[in-house]
Amino acid sequence: MIIQQLSIFLNNEIGRFTEVTRILAEAGVNLQAFTLSEVSDFGILRLITDDNDKAIATLQAHSYAVSTTDVVYIELPDHPGTLAKSIEKLSDAGISVEYMYAFSQGNTASVVIRTNDVRQCNDVICQ
Amino acid sequence: MYYNEKIETMDRESLRKLQGERLANIVKHTYENVEFYRKRMDEAGVKPSDIRSIDDISKLPFMQKQDLRDYYPFGTFAAPMKDIVRFHASSGTTGKPIVAGYTQKDLDNWSEGVARCLTAYGATKEDIIQVSYGYGLFTGGLGAHDGATRIGAAVLPTSSGNTSKQIMLMKDLGTTVLCCTPSYALFLAESIENDPETNLKEDIKLRFGVFGAEPWTENMRKELEAKLNIKAYDIYGLTEVSGPGVGGECEYQDGTHLWEDLFYPEIIDPVTLQPVEPGQQGELVFTTLTKEGMPVIRYRTRDLTHLNYEKCRCGRTMVRMGRIMGRSDDMLIIRGVNVFPSQIESVILEIPEFTGQYFVTVDRVNNIDTFQVDVELRPEYYGDDMGRMLRLKDRLVGRLVSVLGIRPEIRIVEPNSITRSQGKAKHVLDKRLLNP
Repeated sequence: MIIQQLSIFLNNEIGRFTEVTRILAEAGVNLQAFTLSEVSDFGILRLITDDNDKAIATLQAHSYAVSTTDVVYIELPDHPGTLAKSIEKLSDAGISVEYMYAFSQGNTASVVIRTNDVRQCNDVICQ
Repeated sequence: MYYNEKIETMDRESLRKLQGERLANIVKHTYENVEFYRKRMDEAGVKPSDIRSIDDISKLPFMQKQDLRDYYPFGTFAAPMKDIVRFHASSGTTGKPIVAGYTQKDLDNWSEGVARCLTAYGATKEDIIQVSYGYGLFTGGLGAHDGATRIGAAVLPTSSGNTSKQIMLMKDLGTTVLCCTPSYALFLAESIENDPETNLKEDIKLRFGVFGAEPWTENMRKELEAKLNIKAYDIYGLTEVSGPGVGGECEYQDGTHLWEDLFYPEIIDPVTLQPVEPGQQGELVFTTLTKEGMPVIRYRTRDLTHLNYEKCRCGRTMVRMGRIMGRSDDMLIIRGVNVFPSQIESVILEIPEFTGQYFVTVDRVNNIDTFQVDVELRPEYYGDDMGRMLRLKDRLVGRLVSVLGIRPEIRIVEPNSITRSQGKAKHVLDKRLLNP
């Protein structure tokens, strides 16, 4: 399914990520998945939360640059080969992945995928 | 509109005659009454009787800020304390400040200079003028205040700082003219933008801004005019010469008219100290022609600019000064290349995705100069697409390399993380000066 991810711009400095997690914790926002990517001077923290509206309001009140991006979210049984099978559908359809990140918990693996055409990606992968 | 039409439109020949008479007077008075001037003129082998026309000014020695420090506090005063009615002092970041003393006539001439500027911008007694320059030792607040009072406008003396109150009063009283530094105007504009309770078009009645006390660029003008929906005018001045209102722009915004009957400007080569060809860029030098309290003769301002003597479309004959391109002592020499902060600002403002905020850090690591510029994006350009932000950064680097001739390291930083100034903007940290 298509869900919304939050992207937060962070200076590449010690303590910035800590501060974001602290602010969100104080607001009672739970993080379901995240990834942090960085270049030399800045980073982008990508988050899936249980309450995006609250997270956005809280972060903006602290002057953070927050934006939302549509991403495809899938859950797969956590055993060998399931991811390969899903990804294959994308490459067969000629869809290139900008980035993805995944977590496994118990018997389920959660995967977040960002492509340039999110709807097409969702259609293909959910077939 | 003119405040003093006779003077502002005087033919240049009569003006030069007036300047010559006034110069002769001030040279004679300072030679006879002030030890500093007598000593300097004797050393240069010039006598008051050698000064008969304004052209003779080139015979006189220069003076600079260090002289005012060396003779602190009263050593260059030319009037007795009973005639001094006001002091101001420049922001001395190192050592003693520069203290200026004014007689009543000095204050009258100063407020006339500001009144001429305000009238040239189009201000009348109908206007409500909010003075957001600092009041106190700084000449900005009281200088603008006295000029605005002189034309009979209603003055709102908010001084600097307390931005939310400034905006509240601006809305409630219907301020039509704002006087402050251009960097504070930008900060105010951003604060208005971010204030959910203020709608610029409906709530703010500003017609124009009077911006000075720090150098600014044409791009900054466009930015301020668009953001505040106003005309943005330059006002120029310095404490050593009097204060704001040594000159100002007219409605054509094509150079800053200097009030030459009061303050005689020259442009010199800062290295050879010789006058440059007319129209060429160099260091601005002032002689106060009527000042009594603390006159200056051939005072080197360190401001780099040029002068245009063509008559202006507005009818004024008073010389027009170009933009201040920097200060001869603000210039950074990075890897052997001369860099002015104003050039960096101008390039950043060319690319609309960036805010005008920037901060330059220069250091020396392993005997090589490092040159870093922090910039902010406008809020809508931060996002998930890292590639797009990196392309913006490359574009800025490319433009800076072509303008400056050296490559800075650009850092895009979080919104509002560059410190906003409420007075004179501080854009540069040169760590080489801290660890020589």
